[in-house]
Amino acid sequence: MSGDPVSRGSGQLGILAAAPASGPMNSFKLTVNGTAHSVTVAPDTLLLYVLRDELQLHGPRFGCGLGQCGACTVLLAGAALRSCSLPVSAVGDQPITTLEGLGTLEHPHPVQQAFIAEQAMQCGYCINGWIMTTTALLATNPHPSDGEIRSAFSGLICRCGAHMRLLRAVKRAAGTGGA
Amino acid sequence: MTQSQSLSRRQFLKASGAIMVGFAMPAAVAGWDPNAAGAAAAPAAGPNEVDSWLAIAQDGSVTVFTDKVELGMGVSTAFAQIVAEELDVPVRAVLMVLGDTARTPDQGGVGGSTSIAVGSRPIRQAAAEGRRVLLELASARLGVAPDRLVVRNGVVQDADAPSKSVSYGDLIGGRRFDVTLQTSGSSFSLGATGTAQPKSPSEYTIVGTAVPRFDIPPKATAQFTYIVDVRVPGMVHGRVIRPPVPGATLVRVDGAQGLPGLIKVVTKGNFVGVVAENEWQAIQAARSVKVTWSTSTATWPAMDDLYTAMWAMSPTTRRMMGQVGDVDAAFKSASRTVEARYQWPFQAHAMMGPGCAVVDVRDGGATVWSSTQHPHQLQRGIAELLGMPASAVHVIWVEGAGSYGRSGAEDVPGDAALLSQAVGRPVRVQWMRADDTAWDPKGPPVVMVVRAGLDDHGAVVAWDYTARAFSGSGIPASPATAGDMLAGQLAGLSANGVDVPTTFQENYAFPAKRKIGEIVPWAQNTSPLRTANLRAPSQPATTFGGESFVDEMAAAVGVDPVEFRLRYLKDPRDLAVVRGAAQQAGWDTRPSPKSGGSRSGLAVGRGIAYAPRGGTRVATVVEVEVNQTTGEVRVPRVVVAHDCGLIINPDGLRGTIEANVIQSISRSLMEEVRFGPSGVTSVDWVTYPILRAPDVPDSVETVLINHPELPPAGAGEPATVTTAPAIANAIFDATGARLRTVPFTPVRVKAALQLRGQPAS
Repeated sequence: MSGDPVSRGSGQLGILAAAPASGPMNSFKLTVNGTAHSVTVAPDTLLLYVLRDELQLHGPRFGCGLGQCGACTVLLAGAALRSCSLPVSAVGDQPITTLEGLGTLEHPHPVQQAFIAEQAMQCGYCINGWIMTTTALLATNPHPSDGEIRSAFSGLICRCGAHMRLLRAVKRAAGTGGA
Repeated sequence: MTQSQSLSRRQFLKASGAIMVGFAMPAAVAGWDPNAAGAAAAPAAGPNEVDSWLAIAQDGSVTVFTDKVELGMGVSTAFAQIVAEELDVPVRAVLMVLGDTARTPDQGGVGGSTSIAVGSRPIRQAAAEGRRVLLELASARLGVAPDRLVVRNGVVQDADAPSKSVSYGDLIGGRRFDVTLQTSGSSFSLGATGTAQPKSPSEYTIVGTAVPRFDIPPKATAQFTYIVDVRVPGMVHGRVIRPPVPGATLVRVDGAQGLPGLIKVVTKGNFVGVVAENEWQAIQAARSVKVTWSTSTATWPAMDDLYTAMWAMSPTTRRMMGQVGDVDAAFKSASRTVEARYQWPFQAHAMMGPGCAVVDVRDGGATVWSSTQHPHQLQRGIAELLGMPASAVHVIWVEGAGSYGRSGAEDVPGDAALLSQAVGRPVRVQWMRADDTAWDPKGPPVVMVVRAGLDDHGAVVAWDYTARAFSGSGIPASPATAGDMLAGQLAGLSANGVDVPTTFQENYAFPAKRKIGEIVPWAQNTSPLRTANLRAPSQPATTFGGESFVDEMAAAVGVDPVEFRLRYLKDPRDLAVVRGAAQQAGWDTRPSPKSGGSRSGLAVGRGIAYAPRGGTRVATVVEVEVNQTTGEVRVPRVVVAHDCGLIINPDGLRGTIEANVIQSISRSLMEEVRFGPSGVTSVDWVTYPILRAPDVPDSVETVLINHPELPPAGAGEPATVTTAPAIANAIFDATGARLRTVPFTPVRVKAALQLRGQPAS
């Protein structure tokens, strides 16, 4: 552990891909959960931070910032996407759906209801990714096999290890027409 | 902290509409209201007063105040069941306020699977005492003798004339009980007794039922407030910059000029952080500033030499963990001995959400929002770090990602505190992925040597077990001192770590046995390999050694692994979990390894391991598939028999056991913190991979053994400790190859397959 003095950008090992420092602010129009919003941020701001910090949403969460865990998943024009890796300037006019946009506490979406019925979480920090990915999966494949379900969630992390219930919840959602 | 301060703060927070204080749970689906948790006033009372634990509002809702915070296992729902049971109120009438230094008694925080086992006792007593007082009040109000009164859903009735009734809300709503309890112990051991007798378990109608967790609907619909969601007026964002090489010191920081939104680069000793107006700007600033560090003279053993180095070190602590008989004499009488060594790596908490905190330092005081497991202890640590009295610091717990012990969640408040102090505004810090995976304190590596003496009949006559580790409390569980936070260490304070040897729990009736725990020295200051509690601290390692070796003894004498254990276990609860797991699994009784198996292709086998942990007993049977070409191991089926005394909520318990199983399969097969001369190289989910959906078992079955006559014991950790040895024993059964180092990677499995039939090293 010796060597020349080191000088490096962040002192961190491999966080985030290289990107230019935030520059001037621009205005962007976003449609989130059916509502039009206008935000003024640097164009390279990643969508996750816009949704959380500008629009005060709680559903998408920071897990890794590297597209490895899925905690930040949103639906972009219906497709599951990692909001930690997409600059806001790349969203264009595609509609965004977050966990808030599926259902409410009083009237949960069938996929949300399936996860509630299966008590499918421990801490629940990851749950956004599982519910949003389930929603996207069932939209294109309403009756996935066990193998298709497992591979569809290979990109998600649940550190607590609630997988047995998470996978049951996906099957329950499929069985109840959760798409 | 005076009452008026805490009230004004709460009113402020309520007005801001952004913060949930504590955790509200009634009406889980309809009308769940975060601000409802503030409905009952914080009682300015000591833990010897019922009012410090319990308040009943005019509407009959019951607010419970406890330091035992929720870590995602459903403990707060279980507490609500316990209180509802004693008070005879609907479980959804119970609100939980968790972990607020201005409002909840100091119960030492959460750890060691003790929240229900220890933490629920004073709560249950306070609830029973409250019910006694309410019945006395009702008796006076209704003119009916107390023994003729019954309570249904928070309404006291004359048993003979139900129309004569009065509600709890009408009896005491909004007013204090003003009844004292007799307390014993303090902090983690705080207990309370009173004149009321809590219910007998035979009367239970709420405890023991599968009440759905109240936090799940709001979590599933994004209506829940995690620590990462806390936003306060005027809040700005910070990020930290750690030394690139452990032991490097800060030379200078350049390149901060003109960075968008940057408020300040903060340095204190070797602590470096940036504060910016918004979160994205803070992230960009941390990446853009040029930080120059010195060289470092710190040294680590090479990763491949770690275990050899540990054996070569001189222990600083050597503790007898248990001794029966004259072990040395017994070995001399043995006809033969067997011996093996086992190794367990550094492992990371690797929380799903990297550590996050918001701290507001102003006017000589500080408010700290944190997902700490120890709110009152963090209050003292932050006070020391900031140089102010503890009474000036208010810690408000807000749930975070699962933390599994002494994780980075206890460090990050120190970062936010230093940054807020420097800029005079509330600062939110969330660690980036690498800050967490690389720099959170690690579960320590453990090496074990186990030796047994066997007689001519295959009986065990002597057993000698030594586990050697880096201290599990190099960084203590409690964040009560600033030097135990990474920020404090980087700012120049020293760790207050103590040598805590591993624990190894088993109940085998070997005629002579000796269990020794040793600690070897390891630098804890400003290192990404600081060592601390990680779920079931050190016991997954020690049980891996012990239970693998029990299997090796069984194989040495040609006895079935279940039968061998049953010969030496005497406690009925130990026997019951071993038998229960074996029966549910359809255990194939025969010695291991399985005979006649092919030495190539896919091999299948079964293994068992058992352990007590505190008042809990657990036995795990796994079935494995070993690909003898690639070395890959899959675990298609797991059966856990689990006895934690009285069961409060069987579904919550099953969920927690299942999650322990999955996480511990991950730890057994995949998890090892990697490091090189320039630091930890496990920095994300690619370089610290864990189990994912395609590789989880097809089934995890739980056999719950309920003991209503026993007090409830812990469930947050025990099912973690038996998994690795059960898998190793199953691999041996399938293939004849013995895995003695965790994790069981394909490389290690292939190496073990090569060594089949050779004596233990």
